[in-house]
Amino acid sequence: MSAGHWPMPAEEVMRLPYRSETAALLSESATRLFGAVNDGELRKAELGGWSETSWREVAEAGFPLAFVSEAGGGFGVAPAEAIELVRIAGYHAAPVPLAEAMLANRLLTEAGFAPVDRPATIAPVTGCTAFSLQREGAGWRIRGRAVGVPWARHAGTIVALADHDGSPFVVALNRTIAELEQRASLAGVPSDALTIDALLSNDDVRPAPTRWNCETLRAAGAALRVAEMAGALERVLELTVTYANERVQFGKPIGKQQAVQQSLAVLAGQVAACGGAAAIAGAAFDGLDIPSIAAAKARAGEAVSVAAPIAHQVHGAIGFTEEHRLHFFTRRLWAWRDEFGSERHWSAILGGQALAAGAEGLWPFVTAFGAPQEAR
Amino acid sequence: MTYFTFPNAPPLPEAEKLRGEVRAFLAEELRNVPAHVRAASWSGFDAQFSRRMGERGWIGMTWPKQYGGHERSSLERYVVLEEMLAVGAPVAAHWIADRQSGPLLLRFGTEEQRQNVLPKIAAGELFCCIGMSEPDSGSDLAAVRTRAEPVDGGFRVNGTKLWTTYGHRAHYMLLFCRTSGGPADRHKGTSQLLVDLTLPGITIRPIADLSGAKHFNEVVFENVFVPGSALIGEEGNGWHQVTSELAYERSGPERFLSSFVLFAELIRVLQRNPSDHATIAVGRLISHFVVLRQLSRGVAWLLQNGENPALEAAVVKDLGALVEQEIPDVVRSLVEIDPDSEQTRELARTLHYIVQAAPSFSLRGGTREILRGIIARGLGLR
Ligand SMILES: Cc1cc2nc3c(=O)[nH]c(=O)nc-3n(C[C@H](O)[C@H](O)[C@H](O)COP(=O)(O)OP(=O)(O)OC[C@H]3O[C@@H](n4cnc5c(N)ncnc54)[C@H](O)[C@@H]3O)c2cc1C
Repeated sequence: MSAGHWPMPAEEVMRLPYRSETAALLSESATRLFGAVNDGELRKAELGGWSETSWREVAEAGFPLAFVSEAGGGFGVAPAEAIELVRIAGYHAAPVPLAEAMLANRLLTEAGFAPVDRPATIAPVTGCTAFSLQREGAGWRIRGRAVGVPWARHAGTIVALADHDGSPFVVALNRTIAELEQRASLAGVPSDALTIDALLSNDDVRPAPTRWNCETLRAAGAALRVAEMAGALERVLELTVTYANERVQFGKPIGKQQAVQQSLAVLAGQVAACGGAAAIAGAAFDGLDIPSIAAAKARAGEAVSVAAPIAHQVHGAIGFTEEHRLHFFTRRLWAWRDEFGSERHWSAILGGQALAAGAEGLWPFVTAFGAPQEAR
Repeated sequence: MTYFTFPNAPPLPEAEKLRGEVRAFLAEELRNVPAHVRAASWSGFDAQFSRRMGERGWIGMTWPKQYGGHERSSLERYVVLEEMLAVGAPVAAHWIADRQSGPLLLRFGTEEQRQNVLPKIAAGELFCCIGMSEPDSGSDLAAVRTRAEPVDGGFRVNGTKLWTTYGHRAHYMLLFCRTSGGPADRHKGTSQLLVDLTLPGITIRPIADLSGAKHFNEVVFENVFVPGSALIGEEGNGWHQVTSELAYERSGPERFLSSFVLFAELIRVLQRNPSDHATIAVGRLISHFVVLRQLSRGVAWLLQNGENPALEAAVVKDLGALVEQEIPDVVRSLVEIDPDSEQTRELARTLHYIVQAAPSFSLRGGTREILRGIIARGLGLR
């Protein structure tokens, strides 16, 4: 008998954290697939290269459709579960635009397009002024420029949101119509600039479903980055604990030193916080709940800022080399904390809402996160 | 590899209904209580308030009805706790008994102890204190020296307990002591007794904290005869029991909300004309609270399912204390405090209280270093 938690009403037993069988299978195959990618492939991605084999496996496994409804050609896994794939990709620093393709296909199918199985990405990722649409002849003209578009050079399709008369439209672009300037993220991963001035047929343009606009697109991207960050931070913790147990100085593993143990405990706390942020982001993804995603991305970014330095400190000089794998994760984490809105960006949104709630409204504002059937 | 698990606690519609009731109760109770008084939160003692909580069924919420409990879920209990803490309700009188003494007695106590004590705790009439720390036994709890010598019909107790929160107002102490062997035996030979604090030979002296406030005490036992019926669980099983008690102690939302009243006062002052810098700082704190709450509800959910969340609770308490302790400096960095100005006077008073209380946030209930040691063990480093 144990106390403080009884009796558990039967209807609550039913609500134990529960994962569908399909989701479990997907996670298993993602772990197998991404776990098999060797450091050579990861290195190639950091130099802007492309691993066609990795992508083909991802596409064959159907992962790019994980956010697509069953009717749209997906598996009908709840988005809060499907986002697990993105976490696993982060854990393995997968050298493919999985998060981007999952999001692109979600947007495509919600707007009534067919999903694509070639690599896809989304634009814009930094705000609302990128692309405009005008009627021209029987079709459309799209004009504009977007920067920091992840993986653009390797994408077949770019799913963009463009503004027409103040309303957002979803545009399925063939990458080749864009003038592309190759750039790299802090982690070396493609993060290209696109300049577009092109004619589109009516088949390529659809009004954006309600709730999709460039702010919610940025939030959706942010939610996915949080999941990737949670995965990568778990990996950083694991690498660092393993190293601390193996590296011997002064006649014993450095992990036996209390100073090192205390640092690792701090690192672990940040990993837990980022995991919590990822759970919040996962639950908020489907409804594009901006405050929840804002809180998750801001907290996840801060977790990186505390955790990554500890990981490097414990690894010593070897962790500062190109040869060591730690930077596959830390460099991505440093890039991801800035992408789709930094801590500053999301904290400002959240802070504005908290201040608007006022002193008396502050606590209700906090408890509204995660409350049932919350319509913000 | 996962070192810890924080499940996603499901939203509970019935808990949200309860939240509304608690808010209405608190709005009435705390109508004229200023922020700097509410800032004491779970250090604020008000026996009448505790009784009214008991009348509403908000103490011993998860316990069986036969012991005065209400058989509600851990998540419903969580709602009541967090609502109390967020506004700084004076919950200290019943807090310890509700959080740890009651659950400990439910789990290890005798039937007689449960029947005599639990219904009164749940009614908000009987208060308990924690008898763990001693002059030479702080973090190193196994160095306990207080002895309960088995004698005819019971035990004779000698020793000194220290830092006993509200020992001077409590009815019973859950005393952790040695019943056989010596300090060298460490965990072996320790037991727990449910000690009636009116017994002859007990002297309770309040100790003023650095601000002059009196909440903790020195409790001296001189040849105190405690009847055998006071033994909790088994003689010699004290270490196992006291570690379960600590898990209850560390797992609640009080471990990150100690400065929330100050945060709300900050919002009151800032909301008129916040700078970008202030807005970002506020948003950052919100992100911390939202995530801490997610993790902490996960701990409540682990408890609900009969798990032992000692590691997860240590993680939340460590993260939570950092935020609690940082808030006063966030306030100072954003607001020019003028104690003479109507606008910042209450903020200043609340700030002064929290600045002085803050050092204890990473001491009480297990120091930061001890918690991090627990986490390091969870990582397999020790
Ligand atoms: C406000 C308040 C209320 C309290 N209420 C109660 C109560 O009701 N009942 C009760 O029994 N106790 C109570 N305590 C006592 C509390 O549990 C102890 O303060 C705590 O366990 C630490 O013990 P200590 O103060 O003796 O410090 P010590 O254990 O002497 O520690 C001093 C410093 O050394 C560090 N340290 C100690 N050991 C190690 C180690 N192995 N590795 C690294 N660092 C270490 C500590 O982290 C700390 O920083 C209360 C304390 C406070 C501040």
